[in-house]
Amino acid sequence: MIEKTVKIVNKAGLHTRPAATIVKLAAKYKSDFFIYRDGMNINGKSIIGVMTLAAEIGSELKLTFNGPDEQQACDEISAYFERGFDEL
Amino acid sequence: MKSFKEIYKSSENKIAGIAAAPGIVIGKAYLFSKEKLEINKAPITNADEAINNFQEALKQSKKELNKIFGFAREKMDEVRAAIFEAQLMILDDPILLEHIKQRIRNEMVQPEFIVSDEISKYQELMIISHESYMKERAHDIEDIKQRIIRNLQKKRWQSKIEKNLIVVSEALTPADTLLFSRREALAFVTDHGGLTSHAAIISRSLNLPAVVGTQKATQMIKDGEQIIVDGFHGYVIINPTEVQLEFFRAKQDKLIKLQKGLEELKDLPAKTLDGKIINIEANVDVSGEIDLVLTTGANGIGLYRTEQILNELGTFPDENEQTEIYSNLASRMYPKFLTIRAYDIGGDKFRINEYKEPNPFLGLRGIRFLLENENLFKAQIRAVLRASENKNLKFMIPMITTLEEIWRSIKLIQECKSELRKEKVKFDNQMKIGIMVEVPSAAVMAKEFSDEIDFVSIGTNDLIQYLMAVDRGNDLVSNLYQEFSPVVIRTIAHIVREAKKGKVPVSICGEMAADTLAIPLLVGLGLDSLSMSPATILNAKRIIRNFEFKKAKILANECLQCKTEIDIQKKVQKFFEDNNISRTRNII
Repeated sequence: MIEKTVKIVNKAGLHTRPAATIVKLAAKYKSDFFIYRDGMNINGKSIIGVMTLAAEIGSELKLTFNGPDEQQACDEISAYFERGFDEL
Repeated sequence: MKSFKEIYKSSENKIAGIAAAPGIVIGKAYLFSKEKLEINKAPITNADEAINNFQEALKQSKKELNKIFGFAREKMDEVRAAIFEAQLMILDDPILLEHIKQRIRNEMVQPEFIVSDEISKYQELMIISHESYMKERAHDIEDIKQRIIRNLQKKRWQSKIEKNLIVVSEALTPADTLLFSRREALAFVTDHGGLTSHAAIISRSLNLPAVVGTQKATQMIKDGEQIIVDGFHGYVIINPTEVQLEFFRAKQDKLIKLQKGLEELKDLPAKTLDGKIINIEANVDVSGEIDLVLTTGANGIGLYRTEQILNELGTFPDENEQTEIYSNLASRMYPKFLTIRAYDIGGDKFRINEYKEPNPFLGLRGIRFLLENENLFKAQIRAVLRASENKNLKFMIPMITTLEEIWRSIKLIQECKSELRKEKVKFDNQMKIGIMVEVPSAAVMAKEFSDEIDFVSIGTNDLIQYLMAVDRGNDLVSNLYQEFSPVVIRTIAHIVREAKKGKVPVSICGEMAADTLAIPLLVGLGLDSLSMSPATILNAKRIIRNFEFKKAKILANECLQCKTEIDIQKKVQKFFEDNNISRTRNII
């Protein structure tokens, strides 16, 4: 299992569009993918789950990946966070 | 005949709200409420059958949403229509669906109960968040929940709605508003929401009257009751009396006649009696308004407020999304011009930092905000350039206060151009760059500023606020917000004179241009281009075609001698009387 802490860097935060993109990225991989925040562990393959995260700029989220392609999944998804959801 | 004021003063059966989209409609109310579905919690005996029903309901919901999605795309544009994409994804959410199916098997109760219970859990998580957009989100999800449950109950929502009704609702989702407009709804009335709510934006772009934010319409109005919606003044009248009906029917007749008379002006130029042609353009907030713009025969779009995209999306669109929006607009307007104004927002709107500005109107807004957020600004510049291939775009910068701001902006534009050249992207290298003159310092320095750019547009709303040092939203001082103050008139005259020294064209795009009373004076001051809300354009043409430029110049010169607002107003009113031009306000 891989753990990775990411920071929200875009101004608008984790709004609906990046939420949808994250879920679409996660769907490509076999590995389980969870987002941990404020005592909740949200399944990253569930759009309705990811939509409950109100993550504004500056907030930190813990991502966990577990499965055969966990490294690739982690690389692609955390890169998307680091790019500020391509909104920078 | 009585005036609107008198009618409303004597009406007990009225509800006040916000006038969100103009027009007068008399019709039957359709009380639309989403809480009508009752959830059945009865036990079931066959889980497989229940799960099958659930799958069918999902399939049907997907079909419905895809239809709305398609309709939204053709009516709005890809980026805005994307509000619906996440809703569609929920119908495919593997975790949610698997969980619901499991619970149906374990608990052996009606799937509609499980669906409701399961989705509500997520909504509660959203509602407890302090962010206001999360509550909007919970509301959007309500739509999906109700849709699945309704399909489980095999109810067809559309069949219950008759055509030609006035929709009265607590709030309306984008999907509701679009669907109702398809069922030929006459108007919208809501309890909640303001000018930027989905219902308001969509009704304006579809040209349907709307009164929003009434607080209590759904409590006061009963289903099937006759009501009058006045989208000009923001009132709804319930069970109108004969007198009221007569009054509003007469107003409607007048509107229709006025409209017919005005429509003939569509293809005629805004030319004064002595042959001076004034360029009339439209101010646009949402792309849906383009239809309306095209039917008024505007010469182009003089102001496209891009910050409205943020209001609708709740976020900054990226460069590609912006390029798409701007390209679509540009090609729909081609060969007419589209003037795109850079985001005019303050830092307080998008929580850029923790610092709350004590004086946002004197704070980090317009170009100040953009220069502090260069990446954001450059993404917008690049998108505008990429959309400029057909050479019918202009770009305008808001809130310019100093020369340095112009230089820095131009430098960024040049940087973007050389980047695009390297990327071999085509764009209009000659694209005209202009500034808004809406800060007194820019008015004073109009000559020097306009030497640096290609055009000037006067934004009267802010200019008046800053000249008079008055917050027009503040009732205690709003009487100082004087469009016809000699200060304002003399400042406009100064800007026009100075900019013309450098042969830079000057237009005006504030609400003042839409105040039909101001038009002869503005023309007389030498403005040769006016940009206004699409709904006013035909009226402006009518007025301009009824006076001589020569006389307007005399009027302007006289007004420049006046010492008080009242004196100027009197002179302008007399001009209308002397030249036999009727005022819009008096016509309706």
